[in-house]
Amino acid sequence: MRVPMTEYLLIDLDTERWICRICAHDFGDARGNYKEGTLVYDRDPQEIHPPVIDPEKYEFTFSPDPIFCRILEFYCPTCGTQIEAEYLPPGHPPTVDMLWDIDSLREKWEAHGGNPEEVVNYGPGENAVTDLSARFDSVAPHSHQTEGR
Amino acid sequence: MTLTTDQFVPTSGSDDDASQLLTDQEQQWVDKFMDETTLFLGPDPAIMRTHQIMPRTAYEEECIAQGIDPLEVDRIRKRLAGALDEAFEMCESMGAAPGAKWADLSCAVYTAEGDVTYLSNRGVIAFSAVLHHPIRYIMKNWKDEPTVGINPGDGFFHNDSRFGMVHNTDQSMLVPVMRDGIIIAWVGATIHEGENGACEPGGMPSGSESPFDDGLRASPIKIVEKGHLRRDLLTFLQHSTRDPKLMLADIKVKMGATRRIMDTVDRLIDEVGQETFVASLRVTVEDVETEVRRRISELPDGTVTFNQFVDSTLKENILIKFACKITVKGERMIIDLTGTGPEILNRALNSPLASTKSFMSQAVLSYWWPDLPRSTGALSPIEIITEEHTWADAGYDAPVGQSLQASFRGFSALQSAFAKMQFSAPQKYSNVVAPWFNQINDFLWGGTTQNGEQVGNLCADLNGMGGGAKAFRDGEDAVAPLFCAMADLGEQEVMEEEVPFLQLVSKRLVRDNQGFGKFRGGMGYEMMVASRGTPSWGFMTVTSGSKFSSVPGMFGGYGCPVYPLAMVKDINIYDIIKKDPSQFNLSMERVMNEQPFEGGDYQTGHMGLQFDVAKEGELYMIAQGAGGGYGDVLERDPELVVTDLELDRISAQVATNVYGVVWEADTFVVHEQATIELRAQMRRDRISRGKPYKEFVAEFVQEEPPKDLLYYGSWGQDNDEELLATHWGKIEPERVKGKIAELPLIMVPDRRVLKIGKLEARVRELEQKYGEVAVHKS
Repeated sequence: MRVPMTEYLLIDLDTERWICRICAHDFGDARGNYKEGTLVYDRDPQEIHPPVIDPEKYEFTFSPDPIFCRILEFYCPTCGTQIEAEYLPPGHPPTVDMLWDIDSLREKWEAHGGNPEEVVNYGPGENAVTDLSARFDSVAPHSHQTEGR
Repeated sequence: MTLTTDQFVPTSGSDDDASQLLTDQEQQWVDKFMDETTLFLGPDPAIMRTHQIMPRTAYEEECIAQGIDPLEVDRIRKRLAGALDEAFEMCESMGAAPGAKWADLSCAVYTAEGDVTYLSNRGVIAFSAVLHHPIRYIMKNWKDEPTVGINPGDGFFHNDSRFGMVHNTDQSMLVPVMRDGIIIAWVGATIHEGENGACEPGGMPSGSESPFDDGLRASPIKIVEKGHLRRDLLTFLQHSTRDPKLMLADIKVKMGATRRIMDTVDRLIDEVGQETFVASLRVTVEDVETEVRRRISELPDGTVTFNQFVDSTLKENILIKFACKITVKGERMIIDLTGTGPEILNRALNSPLASTKSFMSQAVLSYWWPDLPRSTGALSPIEIITEEHTWADAGYDAPVGQSLQASFRGFSALQSAFAKMQFSAPQKYSNVVAPWFNQINDFLWGGTTQNGEQVGNLCADLNGMGGGAKAFRDGEDAVAPLFCAMADLGEQEVMEEEVPFLQLVSKRLVRDNQGFGKFRGGMGYEMMVASRGTPSWGFMTVTSGSKFSSVPGMFGGYGCPVYPLAMVKDINIYDIIKKDPSQFNLSMERVMNEQPFEGGDYQTGHMGLQFDVAKEGELYMIAQGAGGGYGDVLERDPELVVTDLELDRISAQVATNVYGVVWEADTFVVHEQATIELRAQMRRDRISRGKPYKEFVAEFVQEEPPKDLLYYGSWGQDNDEELLATHWGKIEPERVKGKIAELPLIMVPDRRVLKIGKLEARVRELEQKYGEVAVHKS
């Protein structure tokens, strides 16, 4: 059974690995920090958030100050998807943002009996839909099967 | 602080207990003596540090024992909801406070012990969710106090957040429901009133440097006695603030609103009986608590960490951490704020613990499980760990005039972390949402109006926060403040009848003011104001996030940009546009970059502007904030990118460099293949420049923050109990480390003194350099 944990990450409960939902890259032990399997880049925030008022004339411009703020971009090493962007002071250790109890996750989904990779409709309205299936399942992207993966 | 006998005298026991210091009789004498001679009944830690619902009273047990009909409970709840919504509309329609006109208020019904049973559907959840504290204070200290007492028709007023309030600019009216001399429930109304006599007008002073700068410090007082407003206390309150008319008008409005709720309560009790009514209030609170435990158990067990870094004291730029780890284990949820920076004892950004928790309630009841009855039971089962004397759990002596700086972070910690907690949960009760904007990007103002009145308050633009992007769509622009789902931006033209300034630019979206992502955050708009026709006027701003983005994105999306304050002093824009109407083409970008007005002093600053005297026609400019983006920018539909580009919502630079879209410049038609190729190249570039995690950490991570960064809070998350702080024990700041109890008192010197010191040093340096002999007398 595979459980989508974020927009780009799932946990394969059979192998207990973090997996990329786009390309099936293996990020490592699902009981650990998925970030350890990523590529990371220290982005100057001014490259992302451009100034609206002239930085030659003014100190405050709509663009973050790189002395205060960096953006750590975490990429999938295989498909290059940006799976997390963390705003941090320079030199601050990256945050271990998620650690999950895999035994409990398995128990809860087995007790539930449903397919974690189903389409979710948050409603109201027809547009409030998120497809939770893994994108690398090109053969049956919306399959509801829960075993044999 | 409150001194109670419990803190000094061992609990009484049997006389033959060898460890017992006092006999029962002696204990009674001590208790009586202490009760009669208590110096000061300040905020009671036993009340203020607890957010759990109270145990059932004997009377509630008795009422519940007579049987519960769930359908009847539901009917009672719906009747109460109707009454509360009606009372809400009364406050909104008749309230004198600008905030009241935009839904910055709420009404509620409480159990006898103060637990919120139900809130008005509209309004600010946090307002009412914090009022169990003052009700418990009143029940503990005033109920049996011969000089106060509680009688039918009484009404209690308070505003000081040290006794349980979101912040000191809000004012409450709490009214007991009584039968046969017994209090069986409470009803209440709270409005963001604005002006409160603080060191700056408007009630949210960023310049506050001591609790006595925070303005009115009303502990719960009986302002209404048996239906009559006490003129002596009213006069005191009016005399203590800048706007006596506002004080009178809105106390009366809240009296009327609570009376309306009481009418429904009286009818309900007549219809269903007192016992059924009391039982219904109680089981609602308990049912919500039970349901919250059940919903927690549906979430995956584990720990989600979400740290925030705030870049301003509102007087100077610093970095102070708001740390948060949320752990779920079965039915238990533990929110741990250890690692959060220390309180700063001469700055306004600190928050009392109850205020921080009230915004956690806001997140739970409006963003996690909005379908639940809005009750104290929602936060009650959640364990919250904090350290007293951090800025999210400030001590009694810390100023809290701008406590929203910390308490809003309590909201963001829960709202943002929940996306990761609920993504894998089988049952979702709300959308997966990127962080909502969380700052007070707004003008506060004060002075003398064109009608000769003294006022102090704020603009409604506070309510125009951009929404976070969702898992299936963009965030909504300027949709709602984090604290009120259905708030209003107000009618500027109506306001201009009452206050002497014009919003020359309003509701114009600022290009690139987005949290970029697969789905982008809702955008914020710019505001430009200038005073007119007033003998004295001034503006303030009370926002952090001008160097470090206030909200990040979610799952690879980016956060909001940062926000400057821009001003043009020494001009009169009204004279300029009278002479040349074409100059009315105003935007922050054009005015600041082109500097078109001769003689103007063009300035930017961070958004902590203390009350600044605004001469007629001087321009003040800010922008409302954006919500965080969701998902990878390279997954955004190119058509959506180009649509934003065509509407000037984003720049060509962002469309190309951030979103990786290629388009036809004249027609805005997307070049699909070129876009695919550019994005593929951008992915390859990421893989090429990204470093393996361990290698990256070895290069990037430092033992401490950069030397010149004024930093407060833990560094990393391995040892959250060790806090770093910047201490001015000597002339130069030094970094100190230790547990919160080991740190020295943290204060920040006056920035003008620091600036003068630097300038004097420079003068001496130049004098020495050029051999000038000057005598400096002190």
